[in-house]
Amino acid sequence: MRPHLHLWLIPLLPLVGAAINGLLGRRLSNRVVTLVGNAFVGASCAWAWWVFVRFLSLPQEALPYVHDYATWIRSGSFAVSYGVYLDQLSMIMVLVVTSVGFLIHIYSIGYMGGEGGYYRFFAYLNLFMFFMLTLVLANSYLVMFIGWEGVGLASYLLIGFYFLRDSAASAGKKAFIVNRIGDFGFLIALFLLIKHFGSLDFSHLFPLIKDLGVENAAPGLLTAIGLLMMTGAAGKSAQLPLYVWLPDAMEGPTPVSALIHAATMVTAGVYMVARSHIIFSRAPSAMLVVAVIGCLTALFAATIGMAQTDIKKVLAYSTISQLGYMFLACGVAAYSAGIFHLMTHAFFKGLLFLAAGSVIHALGGEQDMRRMGGLRNRIPWTFWTMTAATFAIAGIPPFAGFFSKDEILWSAYSSEYGSWVFWAIGVLTAFLTSFYMFRLWFMTFFGEFRGAESGAGEHGHGHIHESPKVMLIPLAILAVLSVIGGWIDWPESLGGTQRFDAFLAPVFGAHAEAAAAAAEHSKELLLAGTSVLAALLGLFLAWLLYQKRRDLPDKIAAALGGLYNAVRDKYYVDEGYAAAFVQPLIKGSTYILWRGIDAGAIDATANESAEGAEHVSDALRHMQSGNVRSYAGWVAAGAAVVIAYMVYLGVR
Amino acid sequence: MVPVAYYLVLSAILFGLGVLGFLVKRNLITLFMSIELMLNAVNLAFVAFAWQWKSLNGQVFVFFVMVVAAAEAAVGLAIIIAVFRTRETLNVDKVNLLKL
Repeated sequence: MRPHLHLWLIPLLPLVGAAINGLLGRRLSNRVVTLVGNAFVGASCAWAWWVFVRFLSLPQEALPYVHDYATWIRSGSFAVSYGVYLDQLSMIMVLVVTSVGFLIHIYSIGYMGGEGGYYRFFAYLNLFMFFMLTLVLANSYLVMFIGWEGVGLASYLLIGFYFLRDSAASAGKKAFIVNRIGDFGFLIALFLLIKHFGSLDFSHLFPLIKDLGVENAAPGLLTAIGLLMMTGAAGKSAQLPLYVWLPDAMEGPTPVSALIHAATMVTAGVYMVARSHIIFSRAPSAMLVVAVIGCLTALFAATIGMAQTDIKKVLAYSTISQLGYMFLACGVAAYSAGIFHLMTHAFFKGLLFLAAGSVIHALGGEQDMRRMGGLRNRIPWTFWTMTAATFAIAGIPPFAGFFSKDEILWSAYSSEYGSWVFWAIGVLTAFLTSFYMFRLWFMTFFGEFRGAESGAGEHGHGHIHESPKVMLIPLAILAVLSVIGGWIDWPESLGGTQRFDAFLAPVFGAHAEAAAAAAEHSKELLLAGTSVLAALLGLFLAWLLYQKRRDLPDKIAAALGGLYNAVRDKYYVDEGYAAAFVQPLIKGSTYILWRGIDAGAIDATANESAEGAEHVSDALRHMQSGNVRSYAGWVAAGAAVVIAYMVYLGVR
Repeated sequence: MVPVAYYLVLSAILFGLGVLGFLVKRNLITLFMSIELMLNAVNLAFVAFAWQWKSLNGQVFVFFVMVVAAAEAAVGLAIIIAVFRTRETLNVDKVNLLKL
């Protein structure tokens, strides 16, 4: 007898909240909107934790917990049902999404308090939670795809939340369109799965694929599916070459950046790859592509992050870079390391964004780090929480980021799919990460305040002030998690037990490198030491440049000249895309599709045939003279023709 | 015995006169008489063929045509009177309300 976990409650509760706020919110007071928006997500979170408690006591053979609620599509032998699929992987995702999501909801009460469209914000946020939970609890790729598209929609709505601002509206469109490109790949992967396996159901599909051998060469079906899925994941998780939408997505309100564009939605791609690990593990070439893309994205985004001055842009590129780490982990078959990093990243990156939001809030909407500084004593709570997050992302032990990043780096080196090249790029990225994060930290909190003292920005409070408690409490909780979140997977080489790995082991199988690692503890320690050294070096360099010798950065930038400009201007990728894809599309649409085909062929056909009919009719009109005798003449002529024809027939 | 061709030639001449009269004359009454002429030309052809082939069908058709012609004369003359009353002319070139 299987226990009833009523998992449908978890996604549906936020949907109810979204429906109430979305449909009636305009007429409700802000107090009620707040209550509705948070209570349903809170209930969903509480339910998720209750399920987790029950989940731990489930016997191993009861997993994955699969439950179909209703049939959605039935066509011949192909069927799709609405249902849930709960295993250790989706359990972790549900907990991360609901918990971090709930904290960010609470934070939003304070952050969005003075904004117009308050109810709209919570409705969208709840809608996002619904789709995200649908995505992670889905029992088939198609249900997952609903969530996948739904979070895209919520993301679009929330990026364009300040839709009166043109840049926000176009950033929303950009995110949506770039995601569509990836989704196209994902969809084709699904079509291939239907065609060759006849099902999209996880519990039906995975055993089928498990029986297939590792695919090294032709026919390449699983490789193709893996690569197409990677395209979808690259779009959703902002990897090369589809990452361009994420920095622009910072146009949205900061809690949105924290929730959707750092902690949860952008990790959907990682989740999808980890969920499909059975496919990927049989397609080593696809794995290699995943690892290479992840690795390059991590490095590429980290270098751009070094030269940004907008505090949220730095964090955006940092997110892209950290997502690259997760893909690197998936690409070397260290899925649990990837998911572990996903979780710790949700803690510290969510915290970084929320703290950055608190800074922006304190300064009345200022986002440029060049006009910050010396905020350490002015907003101490924000400072200390941000410090925890900065140390965590920089990978300094014993903060959370160190454990997850180190596990990824070690896997990148030791896994059978790994290579020292991946490890080297990873360490270089770790150094850059540490540098740009401490650069942000020093520029924001140390030195002299460089902004205008009484900046009456959009929050309009006048002077620098600490955020209200409702914003600080989520910050504090996330700060604690950023410190201790990594301890559940304390590496064995440091005398701990890897509980997280062990928890996920039934999903991904025992870690291939776990056995090998035992023999190589000393090596692992050496590599971990190297990455910590890299992080400390980044810290030192940031301190030197942005604290001790403030004149140096400008000199270095001047010395580097073009290279610095290229990095600051994001390698001109946006401009490159504009020239390579957008402009040709606009030109092609304008001159070929619009003026050529639409106006030139389709409209012209309609207009010309109408005009032709008019001309012919105008000519025929004159036969209708109203003159009886001319009518008679036509009749006579017609009769003469008929007779002539008949005579001709008779003669012939 | 007169060959049937003579009758047919006469019928054709009468019909041609009828058509010509209809096309060139302007007076409605004259047009009407032209129509009658055409009808009777056809009647002549019918009876000629009926005599030639020793068949009654042609004769019967002539009676039909006569009936139709009588009805047409009644209706047509009524229309002519109505036209004359409203327009005070029988010139067909002036009866052109249907023209654009």
